[in-house]
Amino acid sequence: MKLPRDDSPSKNGAKASMSFKVLPKASLPDWIDRMSAGYRVVGPKPLHGRHIFGEIRSAAELDLAYPTTVIPPKKYLFPQREDLLAFAEGGRRLEALVDPQPTVVLGLHTCDLHAIHLLDRVFDQGYADQHYRARREKTILVSIECLQPCMAESFCKSMGTLSVTEGFDLHLTDLGDAYAVDAGTEKGESLLTKFRPAREGTPEDYRRVSRVMSEKWPRFPMRLDFDVTELPSLLSVSYDSSLWAELGERCLACAMCTNVCPTCYCFNVVDEVDFTLSAGRRARIWDSCQLDKFATVAGGHNFRASRANRQRHRFFRKGKYQTDAFGLLGCVGCGRCAQACLVHITPVDTFNELYRRHANGGRKEAQA
Amino acid sequence: MTTTLRDRLAEPSIYLPSPARILDVRPMTKLEKLMRIELPEGLSLGHRPGQFVEVSVLGVGEAPISISSSPSRSNGFFELCVRRAGDLTSVLHQLQPGDALGIRGPFGRGFPYEGFRGKDILFAPGGLGLAPLRSLINQVLDERGNYGRVILLYGARLPSELLFMDEIAEWQKRGDIEIHLTVDRAEGDWKGNVGVITTLFPKIEVHARNTVAITIGPPVMYRFVLMELLGKGISEGNIWMSLERRMKCGVGKCGHCQINHLYTCQSGPSFSYAEIKHLEEAL
Repeated sequence: MKLPRDDSPSKNGAKASMSFKVLPKASLPDWIDRMSAGYRVVGPKPLHGRHIFGEIRSAAELDLAYPTTVIPPKKYLFPQREDLLAFAEGGRRLEALVDPQPTVVLGLHTCDLHAIHLLDRVFDQGYADQHYRARREKTILVSIECLQPCMAESFCKSMGTLSVTEGFDLHLTDLGDAYAVDAGTEKGESLLTKFRPAREGTPEDYRRVSRVMSEKWPRFPMRLDFDVTELPSLLSVSYDSSLWAELGERCLACAMCTNVCPTCYCFNVVDEVDFTLSAGRRARIWDSCQLDKFATVAGGHNFRASRANRQRHRFFRKGKYQTDAFGLLGCVGCGRCAQACLVHITPVDTFNELYRRHANGGRKEAQA
Repeated sequence: MTTTLRDRLAEPSIYLPSPARILDVRPMTKLEKLMRIELPEGLSLGHRPGQFVEVSVLGVGEAPISISSSPSRSNGFFELCVRRAGDLTSVLHQLQPGDALGIRGPFGRGFPYEGFRGKDILFAPGGLGLAPLRSLINQVLDERGNYGRVILLYGARLPSELLFMDEIAEWQKRGDIEIHLTVDRAEGDWKGNVGVITTLFPKIEVHARNTVAITIGPPVMYRFVLMELLGKGISEGNIWMSLERRMKCGVGKCGHCQINHLYTCQSGPSFSYAEIKHLEEAL
């Protein structure tokens, strides 16, 4: 039994065991220094007025009270550019590059952890992607409970991602002068015991965690006007909605929304050769269904030529296709796309507007 | 029994191509060449008609190409009919027998031809669509007794763009396949039918309830051919096609080939009309 971390802490709390640790904030620098000997350590840190996930060389760089990051931590499992193959001698020598660096990712928000849960299914289902799997296995995920809304655009509570019960190796809850630390895996447990033994949580600590959890919940707004479990069926009656054309009129097809999305995983594959022209790399690079040529075939035919159809495709992936294929929503409510969009196309507004149109003239919309 | 490439695909990376070698290159038209390809000793492709492979030239790139030879005639090699259309295919056109390339696959779901047995078969490819369909045609002809009537309607823009004419002549000689050809525009000494492929449909009679039709062609062709096939009374579940998409990975990840919720590289590229008629992005 883990620490209470859903909307009803008392219900869970009654049965929960006390097996969690407490790490004083004062020992964080020492913990990070020690784990740096065995791992690349990354986490949220400020840059030019925003936050990014980047390398943490000392605890002073780390800002665990960050609002959100520009790019989600998925980049450590599925990098913007990832070399898949190396070749030499014009291809006579060829090898797969599957040897990632052991990494500790500190301070993931729970929305981003939910996103990684989806990516696990995407890359493991059917043909298992060894490049993703190898990174995943060599990465330790240390998530942190969000106690305050990070920005106006986020809507994690509506998407059910405001907390987590699994998927982390370690999970931190800020108790003021210390972190309550919940170990989700042995890998996480050993990161603690090996580098910085923390004391056992006491019943008093447990009460503090319960209090923090029940206080946080009302701070987060519900932003969807309907229950998110209805989202896939709402979309299935909204395929012909007039809203898509309206979004298409506004969309600049810049692909910022997909670039900052923690659950997007579409990619292009490119070959690059060095100056000898006989050696090089085959790499995959993030791609976007919002870009004009994404669905174009060799003869030039584009199967998703309009921005309206591309926006529809994006929102259907987030709210229906992924759910149908993987049993998880494709949107975790982080709000990054809403913040990044120059013309203010947002998932909350889009889903709420579809709901409104369906509720007020649903018959007309569905038949359109 | 030899190992198939598909069995070997998994390790150590699903993106790692197997080395292969070109055995023969045959120019077919100004734009198309037929390339015969051999895998390393002891390895066979193990494909079904309608599947595709990812073809690599390291340093240039990779592209999905339909397999043109039938499993029934894969004697240590397979064939691809390559149209020069982009960077990779332009380089492929320069390759000579003995040259190396990389192969991943076979990918996708092929045609479920076992389920076509006992039925009349109507093939209706347009242009380059004959290249992938040839795999199924030869499979059917090599087990001819399992099927009823076999009809081929084939159209191209110009007589010089008709593919596999020597092989079509051999099929003609067999006498157990009815063949009608057409071109959009006559040239040279063409004496056959002139007009788009739909002008061939009035020439044939089909027993609609016992016919499976398979059509492959450019996107614009499907809608008109579908009207003809449905007009003849062939059911939506008995009309099959193969949809072209730019599969970058072939393994259901990269997203390029997605038709609504379907990954063409996994659920297709062969689909029955019944499976895709409600998907706006399909055709």
